[in-house]
Amino acid sequence: MPGLAHWVGLSFVLFTIGVVGVLARRNLLTVLMSIELILNAVNINLVAFSRQIGDVGGHVLAVFVITVAAGEAAIGLAIVLALYRLKGSVNIEDASEMKG
Amino acid sequence: MTAAALAFWVLAVLAVAGAIGVVTMRQPVHSALCLLASFMAVAGLFVWGRAEFLAAVQILVYAGGVMVLFLFTIMLVNVRRQAREAALNRLTGSAVLVGVLLFALVGGLLVAEARRMGGPEGAPAASAARLSTTVVEAAGKAPVEVKGNSQAVAWSLYRDYLLPFEIASVFLLVAMIGAVVLGKRTMEKFD
Amino acid sequence: MPFPLSDTLLILPELFLTTAGLVLLLRATAVGKAGERSIALLSVASLVVTGLLLWVPAALAGGAARPAFGGMIAVDRYSAFFKVLVLVAAAVTILFSLRFLGTSPYPSGEYYGLILFSTVGMLFMAAGTHLASIYVALELMALSQYVLAGYFKQETKSIEAAAKYFILGAFSSGILLYGLSLVYGATGTLDLAAVSQALAQGPRTPLMVVGVVLVACGLFFKIASAPFHVWAPDVYEGAPTPISAFFAVGPKLAAYAILARIFFEGFGPSAGDWSRVVAASAALTMVVGNVGALMQSNVKRMLGYSSIGHAGYALLGLLGYGTEYGLWSILIYLTAYALMNLGAFGLVVLLEAKGYAGESVDDFNGLAKKNPWAAAAMVVFLLSLAGIPPTAGFVGKYFLFSAAMKAGWVWLAILAVLMSVVSLFYYFRIARAMYLVEGEGELKWREEPAVTAAIAVCAAGTLLVGILPQPLVALARTCLLP
Repeated sequence: MPGLAHWVGLSFVLFTIGVVGVLARRNLLTVLMSIELILNAVNINLVAFSRQIGDVGGHVLAVFVITVAAGEAAIGLAIVLALYRLKGSVNIEDASEMKG
Repeated sequence: MTAAALAFWVLAVLAVAGAIGVVTMRQPVHSALCLLASFMAVAGLFVWGRAEFLAAVQILVYAGGVMVLFLFTIMLVNVRRQAREAALNRLTGSAVLVGVLLFALVGGLLVAEARRMGGPEGAPAASAARLSTTVVEAAGKAPVEVKGNSQAVAWSLYRDYLLPFEIASVFLLVAMIGAVVLGKRTMEKFD
Repeated sequence: MPFPLSDTLLILPELFLTTAGLVLLLRATAVGKAGERSIALLSVASLVVTGLLLWVPAALAGGAARPAFGGMIAVDRYSAFFKVLVLVAAAVTILFSLRFLGTSPYPSGEYYGLILFSTVGMLFMAAGTHLASIYVALELMALSQYVLAGYFKQETKSIEAAAKYFILGAFSSGILLYGLSLVYGATGTLDLAAVSQALAQGPRTPLMVVGVVLVACGLFFKIASAPFHVWAPDVYEGAPTPISAFFAVGPKLAAYAILARIFFEGFGPSAGDWSRVVAASAALTMVVGNVGALMQSNVKRMLGYSSIGHAGYALLGLLGYGTEYGLWSILIYLTAYALMNLGAFGLVVLLEAKGYAGESVDDFNGLAKKNPWAAAAMVVFLLSLAGIPPTAGFVGKYFLFSAAMKAGWVWLAILAVLMSVVSLFYYFRIARAMYLVEGEGELKWREEPAVTAAIAVCAAGTLLVGILPQPLVALARTCLLP
């Protein structure tokens, strides 16, 4: 049967993919999605540890994480929209008026 | 392999495949669909891991809310026109290298430690059962045992975690105000 | 309930401020742009009242640390110290915004409302003793700030600043959270006191070490210390100037409050693990910040880099964990940091910009002739930033460097002194522009009594702490963690 190690391993794989996505992609929308992947990895960890320890606190923190992820997505996408209106692009590298 | 183990592996592979799709697809729409697949697989895993309430929230909030937001934005910014540009930037090589190194070093450590903690046979049944039973104590009454994961989460959320819950409500208010402020097209209407 | 309902009285200041924010939001829709000034002054008034209301929980707790809401937050003098600083930073930011926002087409209600809600988040951060409440409060603060950074949304720089701040902020929250989940797995709890207990008893596991390092990385993002500092100069340059002042001070104070609380109260037993990470980051941060600032011609950007350098100095205080200087040196330094940075940014606000966010060092040319008082105030702030007596910056640095020495990090203390010398070069450039260079043409200047008053208060505070540090030191020594 898959145990704690499998869950932690899966969570770490998702976390790594998310981090690579944030660092490597330049489309802001994809970067946002990669951040959501990281938060998902956190939730998998929390659920696995909750089950191991027998404490529902991890579930509650996961509820907060999902709440925050939703709020962040709303603001992040609003920023993407505003940026697109000004620059006609949603790429990070096109947002480069400031240098140094 | 038992049916339960098979279910775990299918869901896990689906979640990882979805995640890889998010990062590698060139079209944001395709990334979004991969993300949806990954979310759904993770929701399935939550059911598997005795987190039924979270599974429901995961589907309602992510699939119902966040995904719709993403799709609307993709529609509004008309990204198809820009998709011809190379999707990955010049940092790609180093980023992937960092990712792989991070993965190899830390992941191995964590999994080994989790294996030691978890033992060979998964979570002990007793501690897993505690996720779906709550002992409710009220003044002047005998303690009552309440069954169900949603009940357990609710009792914890509205009692022990009442304060962060209230702070989260202000957080959502700010998210709403912020989305309106930034998303509104013009400012003339304010005067 | 696991706690009495009377605990609500212990968060009376926060409750009041939230309510005030809501009321002002509604009122702003009624009065519109014409009533902008009244909204701003009401916001400042509500911050002042919140500060006065801090007396209520303090009196109820009776001087001792008192957990509230089942250990989610604690009412203690440590949090009160940070709360007062944060409230001052928010009030000064609002005073700075008066003219800045008034001459723009953007609505005022949401702007001041968001500052107030962000402040509520900071107040809860300062008090949080449970990782769940700390996390949610942190996100409340951060989310308000992403919006504020992009508030001038027709300015490309403002939106770009918001985009960068958001992406890196959300990413760092993700890393922080992943670390928290590992800490939860290793210790089975999210309560800081219980985490500390579990750490002291249990063996040192990889789960915990990785968790602590990831939490540290996530928090380093928030205080803009290297190698997680890249966002700071861009965000400070691009955001509306009063908001840059807010970013440079408010979130950093709150982030230091939770950084010290998490590391001292929660991760204290594993100090051996995190102190090396902190030392490495401190060294890198001091070098990157000060050397980076040398090459800037934009004042907001220069202040951004200099605040990175200051984040590095303040990390030295964390290394003093376990020594007598440890925590209160941070408290004193952060007080000085808040006063001098707010003041310096305030003068940038007063300089009429060539368009949005175009303030360069040359804009200060000839300021001494045109407005000797403003130039003198700027000199006070620059001296303090560089750490020269008799200013608050000197006092703060003195105790911080002593803390590092006492904890055995002599090479770091020497590096810190060297970097302070480097910082003289770029701070001197502004002083030189003000006094030695003739201004070409008309010097642009926004007269605004509220801003002038706020700057005067900051300058007076900077000098007062520098000349008479004893009362602040005595106060800080009573505001330590239990």
